[in-house]
Amino acid sequence: MPLILLSALNRIALAAVTLFGVAVVVFVLLRVVPGDPIAMMISPGSTPEQIAQMRANYGLDGSILSQFWIWLKAILLGDFGTSISLRRNVLELLAERLPATLELAVAALVFAVLLGGAIAIIGTLVRRTFLEPVLDTVNGTILAVPDFVWALALISVFGVFFPVFPLSGRVDPSVQNDFFTYFYLIESLLTLRLSAIVDISSHMIMPVLALGLPLAAIIARVLKEALLEAMVQDYILLAKLKGKSNLRLIMQEALRNAIGPTVALTGVQFTFLIGGTVIVERIFAYPGIGNMAIDAVINRDLPLIQGLVLVFGALFILINLGVDLLVAAFNPRLRHA
Amino acid sequence: MTEPFLSITGLSAVSDRENGAPILRDVSLRLERGEVRGLVGESGAGKSTIAKALLGILPRTVRVTGGAIRFEGQDLLTLKPKQLSDIMGSEISLIPQDPQTALNPGRRVESQLTDGLRMRRGLSRQAAHDKALKLLEEVHIRDPERVLKAYPHELSGGMRQRVLIAAAFALEPKLVVADEPTTALDVTVQKQILRLIRGMQKTHGTGMIFVTHDLGVVAQICDTVTLLYAGKVIEAGPTAQVLATPKHAYTKALLAAGPRYDRPTAGLEPVPQAIFDQLRAEMGIM
Repeated sequence: MPLILLSALNRIALAAVTLFGVAVVVFVLLRVVPGDPIAMMISPGSTPEQIAQMRANYGLDGSILSQFWIWLKAILLGDFGTSISLRRNVLELLAERLPATLELAVAALVFAVLLGGAIAIIGTLVRRTFLEPVLDTVNGTILAVPDFVWALALISVFGVFFPVFPLSGRVDPSVQNDFFTYFYLIESLLTLRLSAIVDISSHMIMPVLALGLPLAAIIARVLKEALLEAMVQDYILLAKLKGKSNLRLIMQEALRNAIGPTVALTGVQFTFLIGGTVIVERIFAYPGIGNMAIDAVINRDLPLIQGLVLVFGALFILINLGVDLLVAAFNPRLRHA
Repeated sequence: MTEPFLSITGLSAVSDRENGAPILRDVSLRLERGEVRGLVGESGAGKSTIAKALLGILPRTVRVTGGAIRFEGQDLLTLKPKQLSDIMGSEISLIPQDPQTALNPGRRVESQLTDGLRMRRGLSRQAAHDKALKLLEEVHIRDPERVLKAYPHELSGGMRQRVLIAAAFALEPKLVVADEPTTALDVTVQKQILRLIRGMQKTHGTGMIFVTHDLGVVAQICDTVTLLYAGKVIEAGPTAQVLATPKHAYTKALLAAGPRYDRPTAGLEPVPQAIFDQLRAEMGIM
């Protein structure tokens, strides 16, 4: 037990160091690359004195080191500063937008795992039939198309030619009024508000498909490979002699040994998926942190960009931690280590 | 003459991968209830192919071209998959060669030992658990409760093979096919496992096909022996008789080739080339 505790503490310390590194890099980079947030704000005809005054107001007149020190102290006290473009507290903005992205990303992940798992299992079942190459080809095609192309294709098919799904946004204004949290989908599921569930889901379907399809294809490919490798082992032969059907052999015998490498890879790919939310949220005008990140960069909104990058960094670290735990949970040989 | 317990008559098979090269040439053998017959031969002699044919798990590259395998009056080669699968694992079971790969690394011993009992015999979880405990005691596993909860990687190779032997006898099969069950174990454990298999076979009165390349093992455990070369039966008979007064020159040479405890300094004699030439001539192969 103390060993587990030690390793947990170790991970937390490592996470803190990583986040600090992310903070330094982003902070310095944003101030070294060209582009001045003040230049975005000044009205035409401002005098140099007015500009200097404004620069001082935002604390942008000190050295990078002193700016960083001020920012770091504030962050440790929970103050992420005020967004320059939106004139609102950064932490509040993040708290509003992050749940939207989390719901989207997790929904895409669940969809990808279910679809990818199903393709892998069916692919293993139809091994050596004419269906196997068909399935492999379909899967390869899904894999080859990137998320933003899926997004555009989905919009033209299900948004324009057959307008079945809403093109943009997260929830229709006619539904949205009295949510307690910003986890709209989870909240409406918990409170069983059917109309809200339907509306939010229909807004999420296309972005979820766009984000989830490529990941599903990756999962399918890796899991099928691992399943086929497991299916030639002697323990499968023995289980087959016990009279297990092919489906049972996969589900009860092979899957638990094939799932480890797939979980590890899915974790890595999930961080890419979160990166993908930036462009996909933009395309669907979905109000998450990815969409907000693009605006923040365009507006040179330094406090907001810094806050967003820290949130993305923390997410990646948490995902990796979760993946390590899951991999250990699926592999009895790692459980005691 | 009454129908024997198990008889293989004129079994022939070819490999589709090697342009129809014969793997089994007109193999016949029989086994009485409670008899242990050794199948001996070098690699590629066809002993494993016979074992696989008995279990209905021939690889798809192997095609049976003739003959029959009659088990208690039914021809296993003409049974429908459903009927075959009802016999396999239940009436006929397997002790596999490699205990490292024959247990699922992701499942506890208990679930692997009991799912045959639960699926085939309809035992409840508790009844299957009790039966599994008894089986582990029978194969001399000291702490059966702990072993049932263990994952395979927590057990030694000898322990795993004991678990697999227990699993092979779990459903009281009439025939056990042992496919080189001691090859992957170290020598000290081999002896114990052989004795254990022999003991289990005797108490349960099970017929057994024991595949091995080791004539010493045959001498210890088999009542009768069938010697194969290149898919053909070279010599067959009661073990004592075949080993004491071998008829075929190949058998003699094989016996001479084995190391002996009583003459450890004598060099190991390879089987002379002339004997292989003679074997090939007899079979009409180049």
